[in-house]
Amino acid sequence: MRMFKSRKASESIKALRPLLNALLVPVLAVFTALVVGALVILLAGGDPLAAYRGLFQGAVGSARAWSETTVWATPYIFAGLAVALAFKGGLFNIGAEGQLALGAVLAAWVGYKLPELLGTDLPAVIHLPLAVGAGMLAGAVWGAIPGWLKARTGGHEVINTIMMNYIALNMTSYLLNGPMKDPNPLNVVARTPEIAQSARIPPIFAGYRFHWGFILALLVAALVWWLLQKTTLGFEIRTAGANPDAARYAGVNVRRIIVVSMMLSGMLAGLAGAIEVTALNYRHELGFSIGYGFDAIAIALLGKTHPLGVVLASLLWGAMRNGATRMQFLTQIPVDVISVIQALILLFVAADAIVRWLYRIRVEEEKLVLTRGWGG
Amino acid sequence: MGLALQTKGITKRFPGVLANDHVDFELRKGEIHALLGENGAGKTTLMNIIYGLYEPDEGEIFLDGRKVEIRTPRDAIANGIGMVHQHFMLIPVFTVAENIMLGAEASRGVVLDRRRVVEEVRELSRKYGLDVNPEAYVRELPVGVQQRVEIIKALYRKAEILILDEPTAVLTPQEVEDLFRTMRELAAQGVSIIFITHKLKEVLAVADRITVMRAGRVVGTVTPQETDQAHLAAMMVGREVILKVDKGAAQVGEEVLRVENLHVSDDRGVEVVRGVSFSIRAGEVLGIAGVQGNGQTELVEALTGLRRPLSGSIFIQGHNLAEAAPRRIIEAGVAHIPEDRQRYGLVISYPVTDNLVLNTYYLEPFARHKVLNYQEIDRHARQLVQVFDIRTPSPYLPVSRLSGGNQQKVIVAREFSRPVKLLIANQPTRGLDVGSIEYIHKEIVRMRDAGCAVLLVSAELDEIMALSDRIAVMYRGQIVDILPAAQATKEELGLLMAGITEHRDVPATADRGHPAV
Repeated sequence: MRMFKSRKASESIKALRPLLNALLVPVLAVFTALVVGALVILLAGGDPLAAYRGLFQGAVGSARAWSETTVWATPYIFAGLAVALAFKGGLFNIGAEGQLALGAVLAAWVGYKLPELLGTDLPAVIHLPLAVGAGMLAGAVWGAIPGWLKARTGGHEVINTIMMNYIALNMTSYLLNGPMKDPNPLNVVARTPEIAQSARIPPIFAGYRFHWGFILALLVAALVWWLLQKTTLGFEIRTAGANPDAARYAGVNVRRIIVVSMMLSGMLAGLAGAIEVTALNYRHELGFSIGYGFDAIAIALLGKTHPLGVVLASLLWGAMRNGATRMQFLTQIPVDVISVIQALILLFVAADAIVRWLYRIRVEEEKLVLTRGWGG
Repeated sequence: MGLALQTKGITKRFPGVLANDHVDFELRKGEIHALLGENGAGKTTLMNIIYGLYEPDEGEIFLDGRKVEIRTPRDAIANGIGMVHQHFMLIPVFTVAENIMLGAEASRGVVLDRRRVVEEVRELSRKYGLDVNPEAYVRELPVGVQQRVEIIKALYRKAEILILDEPTAVLTPQEVEDLFRTMRELAAQGVSIIFITHKLKEVLAVADRITVMRAGRVVGTVTPQETDQAHLAAMMVGREVILKVDKGAAQVGEEVLRVENLHVSDDRGVEVVRGVSFSIRAGEVLGIAGVQGNGQTELVEALTGLRRPLSGSIFIQGHNLAEAAPRRIIEAGVAHIPEDRQRYGLVISYPVTDNLVLNTYYLEPFARHKVLNYQEIDRHARQLVQVFDIRTPSPYLPVSRLSGGNQQKVIVAREFSRPVKLLIANQPTRGLDVGSIEYIHKEIVRMRDAGCAVLLVSAELDEIMALSDRIAVMYRGQIVDILPAAQATKEELGLLMAGITEHRDVPATADRGHPAV
């Protein structure tokens, strides 16, 4: 057939084009936000160039900076993937924060308590997967509940995941101040005891906090991409998200897919918490994770719900959070400026019409539908 | 007679399409001017430009001889242009008056002046002979009356030019007559009307002049006196059209579908299918005629597992599948061409490849051990694109970029390329151009001749009569009658569609409640 003659060559270009198109708006949004951020710094009496130099140095200016950036990025990737996966299924998982917290709590509990309960040390090959698995399970259950509520009763997952956050966070607070509190008489902080050596993921390089969790996060991102694009389950999730009516027409059990999507999403968020405990902090402490689950929504949005996009957005977010401290140290410009810039990035990504208008970009034929609205 | 509206050289490009190519169009004061053309001919684009929904790339618009810029519908309304869309923009739980004042609220201070609007609406109804009660709730009105509300809405906003976009699509033959009477009355009182349609007969019945568009261009303007249906069809399509479907006598086999006393409710819980029974045998087409909204949609949804029936049985090759999930029914060999192809039949952001396996993606060879085999999916797609002549530059293009006819071909290709015992086709050619209609009709007949049982639901009587072996007429949720197609006349079917059974027995419940909305 004539029209497919040069398919190979043109297809490989075409395969790249959506990627470039998808990157265009986020990249311009970041650029625009930095420009506006510079104005804000200027108005506050600071030197934007010095500030950005500090930010850059602190984020990626040295091996240590890189290491810290990846440490920041790791939970962002897991939680960002969690939100992105739910988005693909047409669901708005605002509950990553609570799922992550419970994942951390349960991973920590298995980490310090299990050997005590069994009265014996466990080999790492058993203990570590158990701790991480427990965290994933906690997140999965916490995600599946609002999923089930939606599938059964039509209760909107936005409301229910928010409510589940309150329950999870207050429960965590209770546990860390009470039954799970580190019994060390010197401890005044709401935190668990340290987990056993056998539940820890060892550091890679001595003296750097860079840890295996980051590598795992990249692998999980690839896995999520594979799941969504290459498996029948992924096809069902994407179809149910893109057009639930057509999914039903095609014989997909949409209710089941809603529960499964939310469960997988919660599992990824729980994994974020479990990895923070087993690979970085070796315990769970109240307040360590505040905001990861909410930043994850921003990251999924910035990453256009694509796993690769989520990784890139997480690195950017991590770099900014990490570099902000250095910037403040060098220029006395408060780290809050970075929050302003991050908010601006999001604003420009969400209201992409502004960016398209600024840079005269023609509208793509299809827009990302993040949610189909209330009660939809 | 002066010109109410004139366009000069209107040109509008969309990516890859020249939707309007230097369109010159004239509307005289007080005339009914039909704009005729196939879907995709550019009628709607032109009207959207006149109504301020699109901005033209080139060209000028004149009203009463002066050049105007119409950038938004607000500009259009301010210039006395009103549009009645195919899908009504009414709020069902509001009254007629409330709907009419919406967006043009009369008020005293911050208080709505409802009484004044009611009076004005009554005045308008009287002036133009439109029989509408301003205090009735829209949801209680028949479709024909709802359309009148839309017309009054435009007149209330001082419209002197009225654009009617495919106004007859949702009406019974009798309601169409009422509409035409209204249109003539309006024209007599000086309102200029643009009447968009692709139905030749209607054009000849009501228009003063007819402008035919094809492929974005004006082919010509004629009067009904100097033309006929065949001539108009040829102008529309650019070649002689065979308006008849070639098909031999039915070779009827075993019974494939038997529906017994089926009751189904709609989304609001109103019972809209009320005790329907029929059967279809292999190798025959049963057509269900009826005005839209008489329960056909819900009937089809129940048959395909998308809607759980209240009671009754659906036997497909002897198995009762009344409670079965859609997948079970698909696997029983039922193909479904859905009424709303973009909502149900396709995921329009997906490429053609994925849409062609939308309901078979999990089966060998497209998947093995729950992992998709894209080599096979792509091969399958390339094959179907060729066999079913789907016009797309690449099978990897999202179906949103395909024309309506080719989108429908994607569905037809998918549904007809697996083993099928029963084909359920709901409005299979709605909104398609004549070429695609010919194609889809041929394919349906091919399926029937291959021994498939076919249930065809259509609001187009011509289509029903051309394809069916037997015709069932549905009215208010019931099958009023089933006739052999050879004996059915258009007039008789038209009466049955309006619920008039002449000297037959009227179904006991037919007159009660449930407006056909």
